[in-house]
Amino acid sequence: MQSPENYNTATNSLTDPRKWVDLHSDYLYKYALTRINDTETARELVQDTLLAGLERLDKFEGKSTERTWLTAILKNKVVDVYRKRSSAFIKQPGLETAEHEMDDFFEPDACNWKPDHRPQEFGIEQPDCLERKEFKQILQKCMQKLPGLWLSVFTMKHMDEEATDTICADLNITPSNFWVIIHRAKLNLRECLQKHWI
Amino acid sequence: MDELTKIAYNCKKATFLIEKQEIGAITMREKLELKIHLAGCRVCRIFQQQSVAINKMVKSLLYHHDVTNVKLDDDFKNKLQHRIENQLNK
Repeated sequence: MQSPENYNTATNSLTDPRKWVDLHSDYLYKYALTRINDTETARELVQDTLLAGLERLDKFEGKSTERTWLTAILKNKVVDVYRKRSSAFIKQPGLETAEHEMDDFFEPDACNWKPDHRPQEFGIEQPDCLERKEFKQILQKCMQKLPGLWLSVFTMKHMDEEATDTICADLNITPSNFWVIIHRAKLNLRECLQKHWI
Repeated sequence: MDELTKIAYNCKKATFLIEKQEIGAITMREKLELKIHLAGCRVCRIFQQQSVAINKMVKSLLYHHDVTNVKLDDDFKNKLQHRIENQLNK
């Protein structure tokens, strides 16, 4: 419900766009960069988001915080990027390689771990704070090695906790594709962590 | 080999079920299969622990400013600020 006194098309008194850059741009940039992993695209997305916010100023009703509202706009833009990437799914180089690597994890017949790829303990269960920080840096680097679509699916699920149906619809993949990607992304990620942490 | 003996050795399927269980739902039968597998497979038990830990850490990545210590440069911010003010003053 909007009351007339806090509703104004020229300047919405619930929000002050002049402060957006100061208050939210770094946050939005970080949000975009964690998901898109391309500084140029992330910058563009922040700019597009704030400008889109300006255009929709009259739609901001103060039901959520300014930041939440802007983040929602950004999120839609991120999904657009994901969608573009996933439509290039088949042609994307690196995907076949990664898929091939994943098939190397298990013995072809018995489907048990190949000796070289068996998970070993790397003690991330009870690390101290410093280790945890370093570990996260490796984790981010390893995530960035995942093929674009995999990273999109993985971050939408694990960071944003989107519903599986939503992810499938947004990225135009089948549920069975979804589960295969989730599985393969984790196998690759885990192996990368083991290689670089131990 | 009957079906349950097969799952006891199938780490590919077990790891798949581990992932599926964490973010979705698996059937009663799948739960049983996974339980049987994990009872006998130490490597997949490690995988499961790590998988859970990775998910937790991925979730918390965003909130750790020290790790994602990225900021937009001032030049970019100034330009953006100008664009916004121009737009508002139209």
